[in-house]
Amino acid sequence: MSVLRPMDKLPDLNRATVLLVSTEDALLQQLADAMLREDCASELRVHLAKSLPLPSNVNRPRVDLIVFVINLHSKYSLQNVEESLQHVDSSFFLGKVCFLVTGAGRESHCSIHRNTVVKLAHTYRCSLLFCDLEVEGFRATMAQRLVRMLQICAGHVPGVSALNLPSLLRSSEGTLLEEL
Amino acid sequence: MDTYDSAGLTPRQRASSGLKDYFVGVTPLQKRLESVRRQNSFFPTPSRRKILQCSQLQEDVDPHKVAFLLHKQWTIYSLTPLYKFSYTNLKEYSRLLSAFIAAEKQKGLAVEVGEDFNIKVIFSTLLGVKGTQRDPEAFLIQILSKSQSSHEHREDKVLWTGWFCCVSGDSLLETVSEDFTCLPLFLANGAESNTALIGTWFQKTFDCYFSPLAISAFNLSWMAAMWTACKMDGYLATTEFFWSVPCSPQSLDISYAIHPEDAKALWDSVHKTPGEVTQEEVDLFMDCLCSHFHRHFKIHLSATRLVRVSTSVASAHTDGKIKVTSSSN
Repeated sequence: MSVLRPMDKLPDLNRATVLLVSTEDALLQQLADAMLREDCASELRVHLAKSLPLPSNVNRPRVDLIVFVINLHSKYSLQNVEESLQHVDSSFFLGKVCFLVTGAGRESHCSIHRNTVVKLAHTYRCSLLFCDLEVEGFRATMAQRLVRMLQICAGHVPGVSALNLPSLLRSSEGTLLEEL
Repeated sequence: MDTYDSAGLTPRQRASSGLKDYFVGVTPLQKRLESVRRQNSFFPTPSRRKILQCSQLQEDVDPHKVAFLLHKQWTIYSLTPLYKFSYTNLKEYSRLLSAFIAAEKQKGLAVEVGEDFNIKVIFSTLLGVKGTQRDPEAFLIQILSKSQSSHEHREDKVLWTGWFCCVSGDSLLETVSEDFTCLPLFLANGAESNTALIGTWFQKTFDCYFSPLAISAFNLSWMAAMWTACKMDGYLATTEFFWSVPCSPQSLDISYAIHPEDAKALWDSVHKTPGEVTQEEVDLFMDCLCSHFHRHFKIHLSATRLVRVSTSVASAHTDGKIKVTSSSN
């Protein structure tokens, strides 16, 4: 399949699948390990991909949440994410896509300005999370957040749906940009 | 804050912003906080930057003084505003600083031994090194060693040079109160021990703080684009970029050199409005260079980190070292 659609497969019972997309393999692997270590009532599946579109010959479950990881130190990761976004169906963007930005801690290594990603997340109306994935403690906290978001997107949390997520996770910068 | 309030606000937000209006601008400290917050949220990326037209200040510039600022490698530091600094007391400061340096060297803190202790310190203003009329004047400090022998009394050897300047610091100057002089950029050339001594004296006398300034890869690409845009006549050096590839165990360095004429031609084809440089133009310029490299070597330069940029006008390294080679820009 060339375009990823949220509703084209039936959901499995008590199973939640997240797709992590990024060029940064090492960081993705560590984040995936951290997420799988979390205690969760649902059965977690974590898929890693370098970019979209995914190869169509593999039988995979329905994806509940896509997380695009951008490293501020490398413009290549941003370009890769921008190209992959074209292969995602627009109905995914109703709360089931999230941008995770890493590398903001070391200012001198940054090739991309922080506000480029803020504008990108604002254009796609998706939540934007900042985390330094190289630090163990921050990574564990972010894994916890992502697991909780995944449970909401898979529909395992009663009363909260994926549609609520962008407005719940909006930071103060997002509101200022919208009101300008 | 005024333009922000005039955009459509919901009633709840209007009530809270009304309260904010009442408190804003009450004390200088709050005014400063507001302007810092405004800078960080409303003017995030400098999407447009004006190319400095410093022609109106050219007459003040003393070409002889400015000439020796060129072709030297400067380490840059960022500096907080100086408290109670006055341009009329420069002679006084020279005297105090030379006494301080002589005292420190006699304490045995300096590393060099066998050096003559006849140190002379000169403070002088550098006219014309500023962006707009509002900027405070730049000033220069030189440490000279008084030569001992009589027939060499003409030339004193310059041991260390440092200069402070402020260029187009409008947004900073708004928040600074009258007792402070804002000269945020400090450039030093010479022995590290002397830089440390000068730094300590300034911190004690003017209650300021020095910190080394690292230039990010993002800013280096801006500098490369703006310096390529400068019109150069005469001496043309190759335009070079150095990239550092983050791979273990040792990092790889890629150096990419292009003929300055080609770089200028590429920039001219990208550049649209005269007098202004936009973010898109800088990105396009760098992307063209990277894709050309990719076509030949199949290496994605955008995954690496830009470490050093060198053009005919100036060169800059990410650790905070710059060298200026052209006097007209």
